[in-house]
Amino acid sequence: MADHKAQGSGLVNMVDSVIAVITNDGRHIVGVLRGYDQATNLVLEDSHERVYSTKSGVDVVALGLYVIRGDNVAMVGEIDEETDASLDLQSIRAAPLKPIMHG
Amino acid sequence: MLFYSYFKTLVGKEVTVELKNDLAITGVLHSVDQYLNIKLTSTRVVDEAKYPHMMSVRNCFIRGSVVRYVHLPPGSVDVEILHDATRREAKGG
Repeated sequence: MADHKAQGSGLVNMVDSVIAVITNDGRHIVGVLRGYDQATNLVLEDSHERVYSTKSGVDVVALGLYVIRGDNVAMVGEIDEETDASLDLQSIRAAPLKPIMHG
Repeated sequence: MLFYSYFKTLVGKEVTVELKNDLAITGVLHSVDQYLNIKLTSTRVVDEAKYPHMMSVRNCFIRGSVVRYVHLPPGSVDVEILHDATRREAKGG
């Protein structure tokens, strides 16, 4: 169906770039997008999780190669690496994202 | 398919998408697909002080299944046309 092209245009230009994924349980995972499919299943390379806290800075947890099942994906964001490199993660204080309700 | 067609007419307009985790993102509607997945450009988070998670994100893809609301620009909605179209679809025609 021609409509599948529209889905493709969703993530095709993010392949091989650094992306941020917000999962349905509120986790924030950053990595290089290596592959995806029409169900939004994702393959992330060199990924890490950013764990937010109101009491201390952002904790970065290395994850490596990850496959995220599509029904667990809430948002995929293209990261501007220059802006991202200028962020001082240790100074960011924020509550973790809430899980998706009725996702 | 009605709302898919409808959202396609809004491409290029600024919309705010509220997710089911209360995160609200404003951006220019870039594309939409048959699952009502939404792609936004020039994004900004509505409450950036509370949600600094996306400070380095300018373009994003939002999965249709996690969208709670799409806030539309009032000028680009012709409620009469949408009203008639939804009625027609409900009748099966």
